[in-house]
Amino acid sequence: MSKLIPSAAKFFNGNTIAKAAAPAVTTSTAKYSTKSEAKFEVKPYKLHKLTKGPATSATLTAEDALKIYAQLAILRRIETASGNLYKEKIIRGFCHLYSGQEAVAVGMRQAMRDVDAVITAYRCHGWTYLMGVSVLGVLSELTGRRTGCSRGKGGSMHLYGRNFYGGNGIVGAQVPLGAGVAFAQKYRADGGVTFALYGDGAANQGQLFEAYNMAKLWDLPCVFVCENNGYGMGTSVDRSSASTEYYSRGDYVPGIWVDGMDVLATREATRFAIDYCSSGKGPLLMEMETYRYSGHSMSDPGTSYRTRDEVQEVRQTRDPITSFKEKILSNELATPDQLKEIDAKVRTEVDEATKQAKTEPEVGPEELCGDIYYTNLEHEIRGIYPAAPLRHVEVTARSYK
Amino acid sequence: MALKSSPVVFGLLARLSRRSFSTSKALASKPVTVRDALNQAIDEEMEKDERVFVMGEEVAQYDGAYKVTRGLWKKYGDKRVIDTPITEIGFAGIAVGAAFGGLRPICEFMTFNFSMQAIDHIINSAAKTYYMSGGQIPVPIVFRGPNGAASGVGAQHSQCFGAWYSHCPGLKVVMPFSSEDHKGLMKASIRVNDPVVFLEDEILYGIPFPMSDEALSPDFVLPIGKAKVEREGKHITVVCAGRATDTALQAANELAGNGIECEVINLRSLRPLDFDAIARSVAKTHHLVTVEQGWPQSGIGAEICARVMESSTFFELDAPAWRVTGADVPMPYASSLEVLALPRPKDVTAAVAAVLGNKISEAASQ
Repeated sequence: MSKLIPSAAKFFNGNTIAKAAAPAVTTSTAKYSTKSEAKFEVKPYKLHKLTKGPATSATLTAEDALKIYAQLAILRRIETASGNLYKEKIIRGFCHLYSGQEAVAVGMRQAMRDVDAVITAYRCHGWTYLMGVSVLGVLSELTGRRTGCSRGKGGSMHLYGRNFYGGNGIVGAQVPLGAGVAFAQKYRADGGVTFALYGDGAANQGQLFEAYNMAKLWDLPCVFVCENNGYGMGTSVDRSSASTEYYSRGDYVPGIWVDGMDVLATREATRFAIDYCSSGKGPLLMEMETYRYSGHSMSDPGTSYRTRDEVQEVRQTRDPITSFKEKILSNELATPDQLKEIDAKVRTEVDEATKQAKTEPEVGPEELCGDIYYTNLEHEIRGIYPAAPLRHVEVTARSYK
Repeated sequence: MALKSSPVVFGLLARLSRRSFSTSKALASKPVTVRDALNQAIDEEMEKDERVFVMGEEVAQYDGAYKVTRGLWKKYGDKRVIDTPITEIGFAGIAVGAAFGGLRPICEFMTFNFSMQAIDHIINSAAKTYYMSGGQIPVPIVFRGPNGAASGVGAQHSQCFGAWYSHCPGLKVVMPFSSEDHKGLMKASIRVNDPVVFLEDEILYGIPFPMSDEALSPDFVLPIGKAKVEREGKHITVVCAGRATDTALQAANELAGNGIECEVINLRSLRPLDFDAIARSVAKTHHLVTVEQGWPQSGIGAEICARVMESSTFFELDAPAWRVTGADVPMPYASSLEVLALPRPKDVTAAVAAVLGNKISEAASQ
């Protein structure tokens, strides 16, 4: 049943199979693979004001390999579906795709605990899914339908979930907000850590440096994560940033550079970050070097400021999904059949959600005034002209205690 | 044109029953400054709810730039009374994030002039998130601090943000006048699960107002969105909020000497705006003047006049409504000019006289 692709060996550069750790008997969840775990080396981290960094050798179980693969695949598929829905003019306004950057979110999520929180910018579809919202919840928010996770009232940049605070459309604003969520975690002493993600473009926003400063002053359990995909809209890092060593730009905040195309590197780095921040040492900065295949948003073909060859080369040599697939196949953590099965499942799930996201109705007009206030005190909500007053409605159950 | 009101004969109906500040019903009242009333409100709510904390510049060890938070750091310690660096957008963002995360922050701006640095977090992060998230993320936060013109501090430090913040759905905006207002509305603002912009006034901080035993009790809360009739009268409605209420009351006292009884409505809240209270009063007086310290264009008075125009209250008017506002200039420093930039009682009496005397066209063309 389990056949290794013979050519797979050529892809596995420097990875060592943990032979001793591979028992002959496989576990039930990995019944099609021949090994239960393997060890991999990740690209060395660069450290800023740290003497010790994350583990450079990562152990991956067959079970996790399949989970990670499925998450990578579904994130990619969600974005493909989003891109198509946008081209069909079913998604309106803005739409920012995450394709190419999946290893950052998936690896981080693998390391996160139930108590940890996330806030990110507008490239948030994948994160929303990883934080527990269904594919339908994501896609139908993008199409503005009632099954959307914000009832179709947020749109592609305003997705939320448990311990997931968006989705923010204002470049950089999510970073002090994330430090604030971390402040609440520390205040309540719940042991949680908040990950505040931003791009290389937002990395130059003044409010980030204000947030670094207070997070360090008050030892907030906040991990600032710079997803450096090379371009802030169409401006390359060299043209926007006096220093492109983003992991060192927190100055007194220790930092780590991570290969953001390697899901195991991002996972190990995140494990390290959680240990670091939850032990009361204050904030940490992680730069995840990654790449976005699409333009900044759907209106950007993404070709005027970079070459098609550059994009092609990344797709061929550094793609986070292809490289992970090769790794787990060549190390016999999964079989081609298992991955095909996952691919098929992912396709069905996303296709079905896409179909439903197109056919669900939008919420009724009464929800125009739904949940503007937790406690509405307005007599009536002013409509477009005086003879058309509106009424505030409480749609979502009030459960704040 | 048939008037709905009986014409006022100037100077003939001097009243004996002139009143000064109308604040509390209670006879056994005790004078308390606005500063102390605020301090009491914050202290009581911090005691009641562990999630309430104060964050801002100089709120802890310095005891508050204007001493509103005096003693709270000593009582509650570093965890709950937090001095921030002078970085408004950063700490406003952190405060909003803390509200996302389940706490109930009181975010002090040393003055609201500096809130402009942080306005993105007030509008985009605090006001809109509950709606954008489809009701998933409530944002219970109070942004507070002195607003508007103080004295001799020039253009950058003398601006009213009432119109700015009350423009935005998702926010509640409060502009209290007396000690009782400050205490009752601050407690309500801390307790409500929506973001509140609480606009205080530096000059009012030190003013003592009588407070009843009821208002001094820890259970005292005032409803947000309800105006208070500070002084009853039948000839003209004067609508105001915050420190402009003092200007209006002084003018009303003076006018009472001339037999003109103003009904002075202290709005207390700018959003929700208690238009019903204004409409009820105008139905009685048939005349309206608004008083505010902010600039005229797109201001609070402009909003009130628009609502009058758009409603049946329009038909109650015997004369056009007038706005008394800050002059349409950046605040000058020189005191002789500064005094010309803010409404004084005599400006209100002049406006009232013009409106009541049907002298609008004459006065306006001068």
